[in-house]
Amino acid sequence: MVAKKVVISGADAIAEAVKMCKPKVLPMYPITPSTLIPEKLSEFVFNGEIDAKMIHVESEHSAASALFGAYAAGVRSFTATASNGLAYMHEMIPIISAARFPAVMAVANRTISGPINIWNDHSDSMSERDQGWIQLYVESSQEAFDTILMAYKLAEKENVSLPVMVCLDGFYLSHVFEPVQLEEQQSVDKFLPDYKPKDYLDVNSPKTFGPIAFPNSFMEFHEQEENAMQEALKEILTINLEFKKQFNRVYGDGLIEEIELADAEYAIVTVGSVTGTARVAVEELRQQGKKVGVIKIKSIRPFPKEELIKATKNLKSIGVIDKHVSLGSDGAVTLDVKSALYGTSVKVEGFIAGLGGRDITVEKIKKVFECLEKGNKGYWLK
Amino acid sequence: MAIMGLNEDEYFASGHRACAGCAEALAIRHILKAAGKNTIVAHATGCMEVVSTPYPETAWKLPWVHAAFQNVSAVASGVREALNAKGQMDTNVIAFGGDGASFDIGFASLSGALERGHKFLYVATDNEAYMNTGIQRSGATFPYANTTTSPAGKVIHGKENPKKPLPFIVAAHGIEYVASTSVTNLFDLKTKVEKALKVNGPSFIHVMVSCVPGWKIEPSQSIEILRKSIECGIFVPYEIEKGILKLNQPLKERKPVDDYLKSQGRFKHVTPQDIQKIQAYVDERYNFLIENNGKKLFDNLYR
Repeated sequence: MVAKKVVISGADAIAEAVKMCKPKVLPMYPITPSTLIPEKLSEFVFNGEIDAKMIHVESEHSAASALFGAYAAGVRSFTATASNGLAYMHEMIPIISAARFPAVMAVANRTISGPINIWNDHSDSMSERDQGWIQLYVESSQEAFDTILMAYKLAEKENVSLPVMVCLDGFYLSHVFEPVQLEEQQSVDKFLPDYKPKDYLDVNSPKTFGPIAFPNSFMEFHEQEENAMQEALKEILTINLEFKKQFNRVYGDGLIEEIELADAEYAIVTVGSVTGTARVAVEELRQQGKKVGVIKIKSIRPFPKEELIKATKNLKSIGVIDKHVSLGSDGAVTLDVKSALYGTSVKVEGFIAGLGGRDITVEKIKKVFECLEKGNKGYWLK
Repeated sequence: MAIMGLNEDEYFASGHRACAGCAEALAIRHILKAAGKNTIVAHATGCMEVVSTPYPETAWKLPWVHAAFQNVSAVASGVREALNAKGQMDTNVIAFGGDGASFDIGFASLSGALERGHKFLYVATDNEAYMNTGIQRSGATFPYANTTTSPAGKVIHGKENPKKPLPFIVAAHGIEYVASTSVTNLFDLKTKVEKALKVNGPSFIHVMVSCVPGWKIEPSQSIEILRKSIECGIFVPYEIEKGILKLNQPLKERKPVDDYLKSQGRFKHVTPQDIQKIQAYVDERYNFLIENNGKKLFDNLYR
């Protein structure tokens, strides 16, 4: 395929990128709003445009399980899901990461029932943030395409060997058509070499995968995963630069992106597509002379504590826009930001927003800045 | 020394932590002997995974993988298709699950994998309860059995429901080969495994295995008790090949169920009235099988 610019949905951008990464097995179960991804991949498979086998599993739990099986047997694979589908996979999520399989999964973010609601927020993937998967959130369809390529490269680094969730906002990105630069297969092959695992199910060299770990070994499994997460922090920076060199696009430092922060006094922290809205709000406020900026966090796991401390060191206060709330506590990202900035002088306020698809408008974001300036408490942006 | 054609090689090593007299461990050992070296095993959570893989030890001399309880068929699907992608179509994939994993929690995963037609053998090792978690009733538990969740109570005398006819439900998917066997006859087991692995699609073997602590028997009784179950028609070895039912050893004379029940602690509470009901249940099932012996009961959809 030659490089070309096309206007496609975020879901199709994911599918196009997956195709170029040449997975061999595609276990898929449809759920709104991720459904366009398996649909597009099915077209590729059934038209012979990709040399992969679709496994039309009977549930998301089985999709994650077949993904596990494919990696156990040593081939690159992929799946996509959302919302209750991810919740249904929950049991397999830490099993895949503990097995250190470098799987890649797209999550078209949608809230979790109940009440049942098909629209966007981050409660599905944020609820999985403790389970050993790297989580990268994207702002645009182009970033979705690019992040899939980077995700495989990252997951398959030997010092990382962890699965990656590429999270794109359901509907806002999955179903919205944007111009996307599709790269040449040759360049993608150069960026992402063939997958050559060291350990897999092999009749000539039998190994046991998924044994029972007693209390005398269990902690070490998790400690190694945590060490790998710390390795991923470094590798994400490197891969971001390698990607820039190859394709001439870049997303901050790979972990976070600083927007208008140089002279800012107040900033908001965003994750995913709401960053676009925040960019507009900041542009308008700056025209009024307000010193405001945005910190877009791309990597929620591993969480970029050091980068965040550096980015916020000259700020008076920051507001975190959270599309998920840990009921009885704070927003998920707010908790991480507060923890990272503990001991610094930066004030942090949390704002719960966008649950179940409630619009987060430019006006609402301007109100957040107003709240920060006045030194008021964070609140629910209803 | 090779005994009557049984493979001398061992793939399930001694030294595992199964109970003395464990029929399930014996079944696995002999199924693997029949399958041979070119085999990958996927296992559901259960006794066998616990006793055979205490990290960093393993009893498995074949590549072996375990993920969770209800999804071994889906894991095996992924393994199978990955092997095919690598051109290893001739490598056997065997999925093992106990009765909990097969009859109950993994039923949807099994059905999905059968429908999709992957080439793999599913072996359901059935000891009629959740033995790994301490003898709780499953969909495979025999009526009136005393388990920790269907106790021999003053009002309710053990398990209240019939045994789910899983092999027939599997056969209704239209797959080419389904068999039911036990470890009482290792040649029957071997023949059935060999037949199942020749199928170019899914195949299924139900293996009846006794459980020393679960059935409340002595380790020395674990084979004898299975023989008794065959003699009274409670367990019936059969094949359903291309939809046609074939009983492998129809009984000339069928014994009453009394001796089988009285040999096991899990049935020691049953009253004479209970035994009558159990006998009627067994008669009904056995007669159904005899009446349908040799008949085509199911379509053969996956050729």
